[in-house]
Amino acid sequence: MGDLSIFLQHLANGVSLGSLYALIAIGYTMVYGILRLINFAHGDIFMLGVYITFYGILYTPLPWWLVFLIAPAITGCIGILLEITAYKPLRESPRITILISAIGASFLLQNLGIVIFGGRPRAFPVPKLLNQVVRLGGVSINIVAFIIPIITVLLLMGLNYFINKTKTGMAMRALAKDYDTASLMGIDINRIISITFFLGSLLAAVGGIMWGVRYPQLMPLMGTMPGLKSFIAAVIGGIGNITGAVTGGFILGLGEIMLVALLPRLTGYRDAFAFVLLIIILLVKPSGIMGDKITEKV
Amino acid sequence: MLEVIDLHVNYGGINALRGINLTIEENQIVTLIGANGAGKSSTLRAVMGLVKKQGKVLYKGEDITTLPTKDIVRQGIAMVPEGRRVFADLTVEENLILGAYTRSDRKAISRDIERVYDTFPRLKERSWQKAGTLSGGEQQMLAVGRALMSNPKILMMDEPSLGLAPRLVRDIFEIINVLRERGNTILLVEQNARKALERADYGYVLETGELVLEGPGQVLLEDEKVQEAYLGVTR
Repeated sequence: MGDLSIFLQHLANGVSLGSLYALIAIGYTMVYGILRLINFAHGDIFMLGVYITFYGILYTPLPWWLVFLIAPAITGCIGILLEITAYKPLRESPRITILISAIGASFLLQNLGIVIFGGRPRAFPVPKLLNQVVRLGGVSINIVAFIIPIITVLLLMGLNYFINKTKTGMAMRALAKDYDTASLMGIDINRIISITFFLGSLLAAVGGIMWGVRYPQLMPLMGTMPGLKSFIAAVIGGIGNITGAVTGGFILGLGEIMLVALLPRLTGYRDAFAFVLLIIILLVKPSGIMGDKITEKV
Repeated sequence: MLEVIDLHVNYGGINALRGINLTIEENQIVTLIGANGAGKSSTLRAVMGLVKKQGKVLYKGEDITTLPTKDIVRQGIAMVPEGRRVFADLTVEENLILGAYTRSDRKAISRDIERVYDTFPRLKERSWQKAGTLSGGEQQMLAVGRALMSNPKILMMDEPSLGLAPRLVRDIFEIINVLRERGNTILLVEQNARKALERADYGYVLETGELVLEGPGQVLLEDEKVQEAYLGVTR
């Protein structure tokens, strides 16, 4: 019985960590799908989302839940700004140029973070409501471990509806496959790209807020590791594929927690797990679990 | 209605078009014929703003040279691209809905979708299938139907008969006739010169980026040089 309850506890933790990876991975995969660009600044957008929430709670009179709603929208707008300044001027350039610009943008945001927010770690102000431990049977779990997957699923349902049922979502799918033909339909490519960055950054910020509630410490460099791991999640699932990114996120989150739980001796290798998994996937199925077969357009 | 003046297109040092002049009158079928690489597709793509160009494009007397593609579509010009280029992962119906992307009149859009289905009953049977699963001929129908969904005044078609079985080729040209009767203006790029010229009010012959001949379709059909080079008539 004791073993089972501990296992369930790990399971809940793994699912909630996986949810966070999934939310961040969606941003990577959506941007890649449309621009064929790995947005290396995405992890830093995640970091900005957490800091915006932090300042919103501490320095504005707004209630925390309102800040939780507004901060992702602001982060989404920062995502749009990032695209317009760092990527849009290079749209006709070779892909490697934009990639380098992405790495530059990442460094810029991190260092701006250090200058503006200070390099010292800060404590995330976790609302009391979310800082409770519940006991279910023999399992005691932090309430956010339940809330995180629920919010993630709701957001995924919303995103799924948007992509599959709305005209803008259709335009996004069309654009991901064929720029020229999409513009022949009268689709405003710049607008669709902006919406893509907005949504990706918004989801990263939601992930960031829940990350802050779960691991309440902020640093300007905090986006690097979750960013890299979520990127790996997107690759594992098949980059460009949203369902794949979510699947990859859960595999990574669950795998990481279970590794630590079942083989405590390997705890120190926790971060290495993601990279080992990446290497295996790249060796065995480079297009990822749900990735399209790589075919050349004729 | 559409006027192209001194159009030049360069691809990295190669002159694909070297000063082309075209005039397309309302409710006409105008065709552009020529060998592979003569610059037919480049002409259409330049008019649509898909490639960088020099020169002028006038539509109803207004200069649309520098407009982005999305706004040219909004002006009432649509293009059926070479190789059909349907959105393979989207359903037939979604492809048609995207064709009407510039419009917001929901009722009229669903009426027009029905109209496309009336013209191409095969598409109706397959409305929920992904476009990538259609046969070549069906994809061509979809590409034409999708272009029509924007309610264009001018329809530009790039090699609509390419790679189709002879019967389907006949169908496609049949549709071109129907469209003209409906009041559309059509700029048709074709390798099938005979079929194109038979229907065309006016034709242009392109050779390595330059216009070498022009005239009413019937006159070009009788022309010796055209017969020899494009109609396979030997003397």
